[in-house]
Amino acid sequence: MSTLTADADVEDLASFRHRLRRWLKENMPPADPRMAPYHHLSDEEELAQVARNRELQRTLYDGGFAGIIFPREYGGAGLTPAHQEVLNEEIVGYEYPARIQVPTFSPCAAVIYEFGTDEQKRAHLPAILRGEEIWMQFLSEPGGGSDVAGAQTAAVRDGGEWVLNGSKIWTTGAWWADWGLCLARTNWDVPKHRGLSVFMLRIHQPGIEVHRIEMLNGSREFCQEFLTDLRIPDSDRIGEVDGGWTVGTRWMYHEKSLGISHYFIRPAGSMRGVNPWAPTPLAVARQSGRLTDPVGRQLVGEAHALTLAGQEGSARIARGIAARRLNDQAAGLSRILTGVINTRLATINLALAGAGAVAWDEEDQVLGEMGVEFLMRQVRQISGGTIEMSRNAVSERLLGMPREARRDNDVAFRDVPRSAPSR
Amino acid sequence: MKLELTPEEAFFAGTTRQFLDDKCPTSLLRELRDDPAGFGRDFWRQGAELGWTSLLVSEADGGGSVSGQGLCDLALVAFEFGRFAAPGPLTTANVATAAVARAGTAQQKADLLPDLMSGARIGSWAHAEPRPFERLGAVGLRARRGNGRYLLTGHKAPVESAGAADVFLVTATDESGGLTQFLVPADAPGVSVRPMRTLDISRRYGHVAFDDAPVPVSAVLGEPGAAAADVERQLHIAVVIQLAEMTGTMDRGLELTTEWLFNRYSFGRPLASYQALKHRFADMRAWLEAAHAMADAAAQHVQEESGRAGEYVSAGKSFLGTCALEVLQECVQFHGGIGVTFEHDLHLYLRRAVVDAQLYGTAADHRERLTSILESHEHANG
Repeated sequence: MSTLTADADVEDLASFRHRLRRWLKENMPPADPRMAPYHHLSDEEELAQVARNRELQRTLYDGGFAGIIFPREYGGAGLTPAHQEVLNEEIVGYEYPARIQVPTFSPCAAVIYEFGTDEQKRAHLPAILRGEEIWMQFLSEPGGGSDVAGAQTAAVRDGGEWVLNGSKIWTTGAWWADWGLCLARTNWDVPKHRGLSVFMLRIHQPGIEVHRIEMLNGSREFCQEFLTDLRIPDSDRIGEVDGGWTVGTRWMYHEKSLGISHYFIRPAGSMRGVNPWAPTPLAVARQSGRLTDPVGRQLVGEAHALTLAGQEGSARIARGIAARRLNDQAAGLSRILTGVINTRLATINLALAGAGAVAWDEEDQVLGEMGVEFLMRQVRQISGGTIEMSRNAVSERLLGMPREARRDNDVAFRDVPRSAPSR
Repeated sequence: MKLELTPEEAFFAGTTRQFLDDKCPTSLLRELRDDPAGFGRDFWRQGAELGWTSLLVSEADGGGSVSGQGLCDLALVAFEFGRFAAPGPLTTANVATAAVARAGTAQQKADLLPDLMSGARIGSWAHAEPRPFERLGAVGLRARRGNGRYLLTGHKAPVESAGAADVFLVTATDESGGLTQFLVPADAPGVSVRPMRTLDISRRYGHVAFDDAPVPVSAVLGEPGAAAADVERQLHIAVVIQLAEMTGTMDRGLELTTEWLFNRYSFGRPLASYQALKHRFADMRAWLEAAHAMADAAAQHVQEESGRAGEYVSAGKSFLGTCALEVLQECVQFHGGIGVTFEHDLHLYLRRAVVDAQLYGTAADHRERLTSILESHEHANG
């Protein structure tokens, strides 16, 4: 596994900031909240946004500001996490390719960078940084969400190719994305962590059928894919055959570290899992008339304090990991904090919206959205690996508490008890 | 506490930790339960030599800090105070000393600072008031001017270490309706102190009555009628100390609970092997990180007197005022019955956290302040 190292003669932060600030002013459009509507888009609007994101990414690339910590040989800027922090600060107020940051840059590009061959990296990283390849994770399966190493999608070798069969689920935007990073089982006769391999696959090709899932809020962003006799060249395998969990472990690390990662743009002051365009509790309280009510004012204050606690806490955890004062599993602490805080914020917004959250006139759309957001509240503790997985990781692998008993170690995967097929 | 300390900061914090480890075993805290002052003067003077009382005073005035950021250094001390539930008027004495250093005349500084910094005399901020002025920031104590002096009338409670204090920093409303602050000796005529019953095992609070107490004009600290900004600054300092101290109580509570979870067996398994407990503990560990981060951020903003100092102070208090208490109560729950005995140490930290949570504005008070601050920021940003 390679580590990211910047060139010896790295530009100092002040000069970088100065150069970036001027470039942003001349090249990037100012953010316009109306351009990024809070509610759902029609398919046409969504595709237009994706196209717009590709253009913005290309602009960043042409300016030399794409992939700040990726090495120059793969199209990146060859700079440091501190430079990414500067970019995160300076880009506030500008439009940026928000919807293709995750999972394209992390976990996908991060995993390709860490485990890909030089040829694979040259084939994909520059294309990603130019906005030409948008990546998705083919990770979860209908048979199990949190237990990702229990993947049952099968890959069978056939000469220089692999033949994949199975199903993946909870892939965001697979219907408009280009490539997928896919975890598949290549050996059923060894314990589960030792029979996995990772593949790169083009999403839109024969052998992959993409179905869209409608969420309870009407969103149709998530997809399920059915892989039927899909053929992939061995050159699109990342990492060793049956060594996929070595890749997977880092993949999961990147996924849990999204709140503290430097692989992508996360404008300063934003918190993972919070839509920056979402109305603030202050705005909701004002709209509902509860800003004059002491209870409403307390809730607004509580929400703001929690938001700062989530931001400051996550930043501290990130610094602790970077300084090696905390091990990688501490990323789970950040996931717990933001998961718990963001669910509480959704509850506060529901309380502030009052009756308007369930029945609203057109001008009170903001209040109605708080009702829908509340229905979707638990997403903050489910997506990106359930919060319970982080609680296990923190207690067992950060604090050293005894591991949970399990029935899938030291036994061939084909003999492990599994859920009955649900779809 | 800050993640990465310079060698100087680490040495400074380590000195206080070692001193408290030597001087404040929990057995001593239990003995202090019935002590009227709750702390020994020698102990306080020795702490003063370690820098506890001079960090918020400039070098020109005889003080000084380790890092050049005195309040951040003081937060390191306060964190250790929380970890040891240490005795001594760390909060109120530092607020009073900082106020004199900030707004005092040359004469006031010369009269007071050397003794306040050496621990020979103790200052205490008399700010909070009993009903009907119990809301944070309400000042019912009146200062009337006449015959070349002021007459102070009203009540201050709770006042920390009121019985041990030598001089009070009194916040009053004058006839113009503005705030004026006075430095009043505890034995001045018309000033009476009566002890209050208190929750903390070593901190003491008292009710100070001012019955037409005459004070000379020379006792005014800062601009008469225009002390609001100084008072706000004092509140910020007090809350920063509380936040660091509450973080220390959480840190110690989690440490005790970790040991307990690994060493206590039931049904043939250590408690640490139960997922129901592991998950709750993981959450507590996450809250501890947020607590550290909020305490540090508030200290930094107040240190720099940044435009967001008030916001971070109130956000910190809103957050820790509930979070610290919930985490420590979880620690009690994990311990079971032993956790609510006097014999076990946990209550020492719980007491300290509750006292900090309730004074200088509760979480609820600061949530309302925070909303007003957000509105004013919004207004300022158009």
